[in-house]
Amino acid sequence: MNAKRMKWPYPVEWNKTEAAEADVLVLGGGAAGCFAAIGAAGKGARVALVEKGATVSSGAAGSGCDHWESAATNPCSRIGPEELTETMIRAFSGYSNGISHYIECREGYDRLLDIEKMGAKVRDTDDEFKGADFRDEETKLLFAYDYVNRFTIRVWGSTFKPALARECRRRGVRIFDRVMATGLLTERGERGARVAGATGINMRTGKFMVFRAKAVILCTSRPTRLWLFCPDLPGISEFRPFQCTGDGHALAWRSGVEFTMMEKSVKGEWSGLRSFPPYSTGNNHNTWYACNLVDAQGRALPWVDRDGRLLDKFSDRFRPSPGQRLYLKGGSEPAFNVYEVQGPDTPPVGELLGQGYQLPFYADLGSLPEMERKIIWGMMVGEEGKTKIPVLRAYGDAGFDPDKDLVQTYGDGWKSGSFLPQERQLFGLPGGVVNDWKLMTNVEGLFAAGDTLFASNCFGHAAATGHYAGRHAAAFAARTGAAVLDDRQIAQERSRVRAPAERGSGVDWRELNAALTRIMQNYCGAFKSEELLRTGLMMLRDLREREAARLAVRNPHELARALEVLNIMTNAELVMEACRARKASSRELDFARLDYPDVDPPEWAKFVTVKLGGDGVETGSLGLGYYGALAENYEKHNPDYQKRERS
Amino acid sequence: MKKQTADVVPQDGTFFPVAINPEICNGCNRCVEVCQVDVYAPNPEPRKPPLVLFPQECWQEGSCVEACPRQGAIRWKRLPIHRVRCRRKATAEDFFV
Repeated sequence: MNAKRMKWPYPVEWNKTEAAEADVLVLGGGAAGCFAAIGAAGKGARVALVEKGATVSSGAAGSGCDHWESAATNPCSRIGPEELTETMIRAFSGYSNGISHYIECREGYDRLLDIEKMGAKVRDTDDEFKGADFRDEETKLLFAYDYVNRFTIRVWGSTFKPALARECRRRGVRIFDRVMATGLLTERGERGARVAGATGINMRTGKFMVFRAKAVILCTSRPTRLWLFCPDLPGISEFRPFQCTGDGHALAWRSGVEFTMMEKSVKGEWSGLRSFPPYSTGNNHNTWYACNLVDAQGRALPWVDRDGRLLDKFSDRFRPSPGQRLYLKGGSEPAFNVYEVQGPDTPPVGELLGQGYQLPFYADLGSLPEMERKIIWGMMVGEEGKTKIPVLRAYGDAGFDPDKDLVQTYGDGWKSGSFLPQERQLFGLPGGVVNDWKLMTNVEGLFAAGDTLFASNCFGHAAATGHYAGRHAAAFAARTGAAVLDDRQIAQERSRVRAPAERGSGVDWRELNAALTRIMQNYCGAFKSEELLRTGLMMLRDLREREAARLAVRNPHELARALEVLNIMTNAELVMEACRARKASSRELDFARLDYPDVDPPEWAKFVTVKLGGDGVETGSLGLGYYGALAENYEKHNPDYQKRERS
Repeated sequence: MKKQTADVVPQDGTFFPVAINPEICNGCNRCVEVCQVDVYAPNPEPRKPPLVLFPQECWQEGSCVEACPRQGAIRWKRLPIHRVRCRRKATAEDFFV
């Protein structure tokens, strides 16, 4: 421990400004951002990529990813992109992004092949799993969950981000690592006007950055730390990386971008406050699907299909039930607890206890068929982010032997902890910006991909939408003149960004983050009402005036942390405004209004939209099928890509 | 702009899951470059272990350990709050990882 004040180890450049120019500016260097840059560069655009961390390892999938979803066009898939997308939309009662998920299903596998060409590992080239049920011997692809339909591919995701960062550099993308994007620049500095670039701050030196671009693509994360914050361990407040705070949502909201589904939040599933490191406890879901579980007496827990039929054979866990077309993911997790797509699982804990099974339960890797054990412990646990060192190696070093040892389960499903109803998070297709078939927002020239989009999902979704947005942003830039920057807007942003560094002392960013999560828990928790939400918004304004206005930092790193929390406050306001706009409860959106208790009345089966206009918040709506026929619209907007598919 | 300087008070590292062995670390700073959170900073003294300035912000994914070219220079330590119970089937002996 060292409480001594030290000189800042990097050059201090508070007073410097650097200007850069590009055709396409990508904000966020995760999976979506790298693919956006690659897609745009492939179309001949000059591309700049701004990343708060290190592109080689940043983003939600920065340290790995164990499976690639919705690869409907892989040669072994028995389901096409239209059917898979439509099934996924139905599984969420229509509250899904038909455009982005169709892109995921249609192009996702192409992106996986791209990554392979970049040097990453996507198939079992070492023949480690030769002969396994989940392996296709010809292509050497390995599948997860539904082995009949084969649209989810197990991958060596820890090799992905280094390969993507290399490819960005090879294609001449200018990468600005350690730069946090702070604001969007628009023509004439007007909210809602065409995008002209963005500002940023170097979080090592404090240098202010001004980017001018013809098109901008938002590839930042979904908002986090709205309800969950751990002051002692802020780094593990949420499942996603610490600095994936949803900056893009805040920037976009301030610039008049339209959002939808921001009223959706779910009870917390993971936080360092409450749970264990992801995938480090006994489990039979997701990465651990379909591991055997035993009870305290060593009795194997039964597996059942969606109709409650006992599954005797191990291989039945990887097959749809009789009469079922396919199932999504492994285990009946909350988002997939829909009869049509519900997969095999062990019965709920309460039911098992009623049958005489005794707690605690354990995962029993050693009783699995050898290939299934090896693929879970060693491949999936290892390649999934945050498991290679913290779980696989740490357990190995401690003498854990997957053949001989049991691991206790803590909590049910993939979770390893219990949460209070007001401890919430954005998970399971959360809200985000509204997009058209070019993945452009309502702000001209501003595109979005990955977790910035509404109803976003995993790596395949990020990769596919990133590349797609990159291509369309490049096409937009190619036919558009240079954007004009507004000096007054830049000066205002510079002054806003630097204010916390100017103060000698004041409020610490952690105090502000903790305070706003308390407001969100109290006034935007499991139950909402106009009265509660209005009070919450008033309290946020009070927090902004009394504490946020006194934020103080010592160095550029802390400045970025302070600016993040200001963005989190903006996102909190966005969420509360979205909650006010939906005047009905909804099961699918996990949204309960005390003053509008009717659940999913037909007139509210629509996307409610919110945006900041000239006179405050403007609400609107879009039909759940606003995107129209999937294949037809896709083909209309992507004739060039069609040619590539045919060639 | 008046301010010209910056300083830092390193955070308390009580919950930091990584230990650096200064005997093995050669100060190559690979860990500094791969950490997306920027927990570390280069030591102003060449070939010395990195400074750990923001350990509370570590999101505990282990990329620094993985990137380290000198085995044992950075060691992962499971935090006591994350200790999990395991049981050897043959002997019913419990141990905690």
